[in-house]
Amino acid sequence: MNKNRDAVMKWVAPLLVGVVVLVVWHALVKAFDIPKYLVPSPAMVVDTLISDWGLLYSSLMITLKITFGAFFLAVILGTVVAFLFVQSRWIEVSFFPYAVLLQVTPIVAIAPLIIIWVKDPTAALLVCATIVALFPIISNTTLGLRSVNPGLVNLFRMNKASRWQTLIRLRIPSAAPYFFGGLRISSGLALIGAVVAEFVAGTGGTSAGLAYQILQAGFQLNIPRLFAALGLITVTGVLLFLLMVWLSKLALGGWHESEVAQES
Amino acid sequence: MTPVSDAMQTDSANTVPVVEVLSADKVFANGTRALSPINLTIQPGEFITLLGPSGCGKSTLLKMIANLLEPSDGRLLWWRQNYDQVGSPGRKLVMVFQDATLMPWSRVQNNVRLPLDLAGDDRTQADAKVAAALELVGLKGFENHYPRQLSGGMQMRASIARSLVTEPNLLLMDEPFGALDEITRNKLDADIIQLWWRKKLTVIFVTHSIYEAVFLSTRVIVMAARPGRVLKEVLIDEPHPRTDAFRVTQKFAAYAKELSELLAQASVSGASDL
Repeated sequence: MNKNRDAVMKWVAPLLVGVVVLVVWHALVKAFDIPKYLVPSPAMVVDTLISDWGLLYSSLMITLKITFGAFFLAVILGTVVAFLFVQSRWIEVSFFPYAVLLQVTPIVAIAPLIIIWVKDPTAALLVCATIVALFPIISNTTLGLRSVNPGLVNLFRMNKASRWQTLIRLRIPSAAPYFFGGLRISSGLALIGAVVAEFVAGTGGTSAGLAYQILQAGFQLNIPRLFAALGLITVTGVLLFLLMVWLSKLALGGWHESEVAQES
Repeated sequence: MTPVSDAMQTDSANTVPVVEVLSADKVFANGTRALSPINLTIQPGEFITLLGPSGCGKSTLLKMIANLLEPSDGRLLWWRQNYDQVGSPGRKLVMVFQDATLMPWSRVQNNVRLPLDLAGDDRTQADAKVAAALELVGLKGFENHYPRQLSGGMQMRASIARSLVTEPNLLLMDEPFGALDEITRNKLDADIIQLWWRKKLTVIFVTHSIYEAVFLSTRVIVMAARPGRVLKEVLIDEPHPRTDAFRVTQKFAAYAKELSELLAQASVSGASDL
């Protein structure tokens, strides 16, 4: 009973806030007769979304392609690097500062360079977004692979477990919660990276993503379309996050505290 | 060493000392002397407790017996052999840790089966052994639970089941029930002594509880701190298998008094070294 009410609350409360905000927004725009090139009403944004759907949809697909591509690359690369790091302290000590360097350098500062070096615009965007999304995977997975219960390490040693058995049966499961934490952060960063890189690159034509639509809409004072594109990016980010939450629950649901806390 | 057949080796494993600690000591890298040279012989079928204040090196000694630590000087023998012979039939050593050290991502039966999985044993046979071990420790019906769904005492039982599944000869226990409440601890003590008796195990048990030491042991090794050393050995002369009735006898109280006086002496001599 109580549990049910909590579950309803979890969905209904934020939705209610959203509806209230939209209603107030609509009312304010109507009441003060705010011109649509400053703030369009929510209804107008939805209208634009429908009328410009063809254009926005193809842009959304481009942005999604870059986001998922970069996220995928970051996961593969980050995991490989993390596994290399835990092979020896020397590798980690030697290379970790450069991973940090990659993280702290603003992508807008190095994007122009990458765009010059990488000829294909899609590939350039992919590289930029991957750089942004990479670090959380590296740092979380490395931390996870190192965060093994020392008692279990002793247990495996006393049972004469091979390096491979220890990796598969102990290190990887121990790292899983950290890895999935990294995924949540990284998925959002991949989207941000894809959008920011496109702002800098400003590629148009057939490979125009949502960022390009926002730029163009801004130049043309087509504010309803700007809002519609913005809305699509936001919804994409939220869905991406929910996807990661779901994946994490699927993998850790049975045993990890972070996923079972709500039941008890 | 003269060559002997495997069968004879297995047979002799029942009569030779299980563990011999031959003037082994331990000095840590930072110069701390954890243990002065120790001499200790443990015979098959003994239930030994290492009793002492914290810092007396009882866990260090146990870890050396488990081969998780090397002695700085001196040596240890297991069944009159080096450690590389440990693990063959009749010479199996397992350890139960301070925490249950279960894998939180594995169900109870998979946790218990781990040593057999690591050894590459046949799955069907392994499952039968796991079921038997779980029944022995009273966890039948909890095969598919995750560790977090069990109480502290039950987690410890699962840990004991995991140690029994390989049919060990020597069981090392490092303050296994230290984190449990007294009622649960007494129950587990009574169960472990039954197991030891029925399975003809040799047990080395680290504790800082006097009552636990008296109740369980055939012989108590009282240790003192700074530097870690053996102060005295006390034989507990009470027939087995013991039951909870032993806890309320005069004899039990007398042994408890003797041990607590020795421990007081251990702390005094430790303090004077400061």
